[in-house]
Amino acid sequence: MTDTVLVLGGRSDIGRAVAHRFAAAGHPVALAARNAPDLEADRADIAIRHDVEATLHEFDALDTDALGDFVDAFDPVPGIVVSAIGAMGDQTTSETDPAAAAQVMRINYEAPAQVLELFAARMAARGGGTLVGISSVAGDRGRAVNYVYGSAKAGFTAYLSGLRNRLWGTGVHVVTVKPGFVETRMTEGMDLPGALTARPEAVAETIFQAVARGRSVVYVKPVWRAIMIIIGAIPEPIFRRTRIGS
Amino acid sequence: MQDFRTEELAGWGRYPRCPGPVARPRHAEAVGALIGAGGVIARGNGRAYGDSAMGAAATLDLRRLNRMLSFDDQAGRLVAEAGVLLGDVIATFLPRGWFPWVTPGTKFVTLGGAIAADVHGKNHHRDGAFGTFVDWIDVMGADGEVVRASRDENSELFAWTLGGMGLTGVILRAAIRLRPVESGWIAQTTIPAQNLAEAMDAFEAADDASYSVAWIDCLASGAALGRSLVMTGEHVQADDLPPDRRTHPYRTPRKRQLSMPFDAPTAALNRFSVGAFNALYWRRGLRAPRKALVDWDSYFYPLDAILGWNRIYGRRGFVQFQCALPLNASEAGLRALLSETAVAGQGSILAVLKRFGPQQSRFSFPMAGYTLALDFPANARTLALLDRLDAIAADHGGRFYLAKDARLSAATLHRADPRAAAFRAMRRETGCDRAFASAQSERLLL
Repeated sequence: MTDTVLVLGGRSDIGRAVAHRFAAAGHPVALAARNAPDLEADRADIAIRHDVEATLHEFDALDTDALGDFVDAFDPVPGIVVSAIGAMGDQTTSETDPAAAAQVMRINYEAPAQVLELFAARMAARGGGTLVGISSVAGDRGRAVNYVYGSAKAGFTAYLSGLRNRLWGTGVHVVTVKPGFVETRMTEGMDLPGALTARPEAVAETIFQAVARGRSVVYVKPVWRAIMIIIGAIPEPIFRRTRIGS
Repeated sequence: MQDFRTEELAGWGRYPRCPGPVARPRHAEAVGALIGAGGVIARGNGRAYGDSAMGAAATLDLRRLNRMLSFDDQAGRLVAEAGVLLGDVIATFLPRGWFPWVTPGTKFVTLGGAIAADVHGKNHHRDGAFGTFVDWIDVMGADGEVVRASRDENSELFAWTLGGMGLTGVILRAAIRLRPVESGWIAQTTIPAQNLAEAMDAFEAADDASYSVAWIDCLASGAALGRSLVMTGEHVQADDLPPDRRTHPYRTPRKRQLSMPFDAPTAALNRFSVGAFNALYWRRGLRAPRKALVDWDSYFYPLDAILGWNRIYGRRGFVQFQCALPLNASEAGLRALLSETAVAGQGSILAVLKRFGPQQSRFSFPMAGYTLALDFPANARTLALLDRLDAIAADHGGRFYLAKDARLSAATLHRADPRAAAFRAMRRETGCDRAFASAQSERLLL
């Protein structure tokens, strides 16, 4: 199995870790990001360490009109497409600045959903492929501290779920990944609980295994599945009084 | 300063320990903005034993600059960022027939750290130190400019930076050469030596061996003073492997990775336990076959098999004494150092003796002669012993390995190593003294 793996959001720590993990198993990898030439050192590193082909692709997830051409440029369509697109944004700014909120909603929901949809159509036409969407546990329940980001992730999670069901029987599989806290540039400076925090390499390993085994929804640290079941079950009047909710 | 976070820092010996601001840049370009404050030092994987990689004001952890940038498979030349681990170089290139020319006793060092300490391996007598196989380095100076330095270009900076302990600038990238090997196996020969003279004779007789090193029983005294197991090694050619290994000559058995899950009680290593261990190890060495086929990982990195082995010395940490002695004073100096250690009864398990070739770089540790390395748990008695060992080494014209040092005094260093004054003058002249400083450089007035 040496399908090409396209990583959308290839600059992110998780994106690069995913590229390394698949390359280590012999997959050629393609990294797509804005200002792609900046990633030459990462590209070379992947190619040298794993002795695979690695390429860079200019990609602006928010340039909706250009998405079609971007996707068409991949011929044949990659066997595996991973979306590591996303950004936390700043909750307080989002509350007062609608444009900033729109940006967070677009980058976490609209953009990854649209580009995966385009790849889905081409994969279905070919009769096979795997789409991986990196969503978040933040989408499982709205919290006061990050609900703009969380709501967009909730939208993306629902989108992936629907896409998976629509593609049932076409040979195209959709994996939803819900990392909890991950040690990345996005969370740098935040005080994260060690036991609940994963390294990007662990996220990559989870994704690699999920693709290999055809899993549908995966959490990176299994404890998160339990945590989110409990958090999801707390009645709203109580949730709003807890430290988690507020 | 939001790029810096305060963390507790220590070297591999876990002595001394102190908190300080640490930044972890993701790109070489980001380093420039971090050195402005002054008093910073680059840190790799934290394998220097003492305070070499603890910044005087702040520390730059460069492990994220770990990309391999190009590889020339004709010349075996790798260009890589400074944070790449030697172990990753081996994992990547041994299956393709290449191995580092020089490796220290752990593969968990970064290339930047290996260059800054100009580390040596078991082949120093023949091939020189790590720097011998460095073609060029990119160094960020005090002004934030990146300069390429080699033997031809900016050669002064190159010469001072190999072994310069990160005090001449931040090493960002390097081109290093690898050696072609036909297998991942080493043919090891063990030569028991009943005393120091025999051990030194064995080293001189093994001058043409690719690798040589000795484990020395530092608690043996009297007629047995300096008894050792001298081990030489050669890379095995594919045709010389046993038939079952020939098909995959680079494949070696995966080693079990053990780890030291907690600090040993401080008293676990004492003269009785160490004495018993050393006596056993010596007898086992006598009985073992003289010749053995050993995989590269076990041969070069026996201690890497136990992650966190530094914890066997307890929570107070440990210190290492390592000096190099000139050839003409080696026997007398070693005799004096070993006698002092044996009398003190502060023996160490990890006592290593090694023949060095000549010094190559401006401020590197090795010199033609012998080097002795001894580990001790850090406590008042052993620190006092180390002061006495320092004096003995200095009296015999010896010098000290800064990558292992945690407690040497500036007076002793400058008495033993006149190069230190020249190094300091160079730093002052170039403005490096304000920009780059470690706890060690402040202590040693470098």
